[in-house]
Amino acid sequence: MTSPALDLVQVEKQFGTTHALRGVSFRVEQGEFFGLLGPNGAGKSTLINIMAGLVRATSGQVAVMGYDVVRQYRDSRSQIGIVPQELVYDPFFTVWEMLKIQSGYFGLGRENDEWLDELLEILKLTEKRDENLHNLSGGMKRRVLIAQALVHRPPVVVLDEPTAGVDVELRRALWEFAHRLHRDGHTILLTTHYLEEAESMCDRIAILDRGKVAALSDKQELIFQNSYRVGVVERVLGSNIPQHVSTAIISRSRSSTQIRVPREQRLQQQFLQQLSEIGVTEDQLQLREPTLEEVFLTLTGEDR
Amino acid sequence: MRQIVGAHNIYGSWTLFRKEVLRFLKVSIQTVLAPTVSTLLYLLVFGVVFEETVVVYEGHSYSGFLIPGLVMMALAQNAFANGSSSILQSKMNGNIIFVLLAPLSYIEFYLAFVGAAILRGVVVGISVLLVAAAVIRVELYSIPLILLFALLSSGVMGALGIIAGIWSDKYDHLSAFQNFIILPLTFLSGVFYSIQDLPPFWQQISTYNPVFYLIDGFRYGFLGVSDVSYIQSMVVALLFFIGLSLLSIAMLRSGYKLRG
Repeated sequence: MTSPALDLVQVEKQFGTTHALRGVSFRVEQGEFFGLLGPNGAGKSTLINIMAGLVRATSGQVAVMGYDVVRQYRDSRSQIGIVPQELVYDPFFTVWEMLKIQSGYFGLGRENDEWLDELLEILKLTEKRDENLHNLSGGMKRRVLIAQALVHRPPVVVLDEPTAGVDVELRRALWEFAHRLHRDGHTILLTTHYLEEAESMCDRIAILDRGKVAALSDKQELIFQNSYRVGVVERVLGSNIPQHVSTAIISRSRSSTQIRVPREQRLQQQFLQQLSEIGVTEDQLQLREPTLEEVFLTLTGEDR
Repeated sequence: MRQIVGAHNIYGSWTLFRKEVLRFLKVSIQTVLAPTVSTLLYLLVFGVVFEETVVVYEGHSYSGFLIPGLVMMALAQNAFANGSSSILQSKMNGNIIFVLLAPLSYIEFYLAFVGAAILRGVVVGISVLLVAAAVIRVELYSIPLILLFALLSSGVMGALGIIAGIWSDKYDHLSAFQNFIILPLTFLSGVFYSIQDLPPFWQQISTYNPVFYLIDGFRYGFLGVSDVSYIQSMVVALLFFIGLSLLSIAMLRSGYKLRG
């Protein structure tokens, strides 16, 4: 039986009086493209840092490819590559020196040079090979961070907000590269603020909110399991509407109003009846499934 | 499943050592040349002023007495600076994660940093000695003892540098460590004088200063005379090295201020 790529069991983390993680449990199977979403402060980075061994969990277990991150840290760290969120670099070294150093930390010498050259090629860094990291643009530094995370060919790759603050062109290049890694058999864990990114790339998604898993499911299931659909009313609903209708409004534009409509048949009928009472006709209303962003906002309470 | 690292990661530790060495060599004007020049200035100023008037040990010139102390002072300060500044800078820049993400044990981390500190201390020490030898006759009583004390002393200061680097959260903290602990300990350790010339109270105080033993034993290697027995100095240096190493290893093992 193959081990899961990531296995988290009841992970708790307290920083002083702050409870950053409250019993987080989930598994990521090998070969998955998994999204970890959540608002700022939800505990995503803490969780990633625990997987990487940068932070120690107060309680619970985390294993990477079956290796416990505390007891078998050498094995677990050899199996995971982390692309950090911050653009960190060592200003003393060139791109090539940094990759050689990072590769050496993993016990890999000259035999790994061919792979390092390939990484430079794939990430379009070959021309910058002997450039000091200090002189690179933000986008190039981001590419170096990705190369550093991959020097030891880890089966599990964690991309912590890789596209935060990068231009459109680089964002597309990074998406393409993440897809390529996935196609090559890597398990990918992606955290992102761009929900369309998660929606288009991830197979399964966990939504973390205030240190807890608020939802964990297949992307489509997550959308369909949600207790409401979205009604697009082709007119602007005024202020003289009943309170239970006004509280269901998601957004208003110049010519339409988006409104939460219960998924359950009986409640939906009641709601549509109430809409017709305020003059919303059937041909003015279109029902659709919520986007991941709308599900996310509902689950994390950020739309309230 | 790909397994890269076994029970030990010697190559990883060696890489970290090489990186730390490369780091100080890349800025050798600041890390090697500058301390060499400033030590030479001490030698010129104090050597010229006191050469004719001060005799510390019979049969040995004042500058001959001064050189081992100055070499040791430069060696100790640079061995301390290597690990402490590297660790603090990496913490401040955030690039410490590159090492922390790697499959390196706390012992491998310690060995790499202390090894690099020893090398920088010895390189600076040799550099100061060579420049001094170009202008003043340098006595060499026992080269093995000189080497032994050089290695032990830079080891002591290297371990202390790791502790200071981990403990410090900002440059201000490290500066306080350097200015309020390292500098007074080195200046008040008998670099410029013999503690035998001090009043009894200050003599007693000096015997509690570990750097005094590092300098006194080191000086014995050059002159064949010292304030206390070189065996005593060696034992004290060794005990400090073991004690500070254990403390730095314990800090690395616990992840104190490194792993949240």
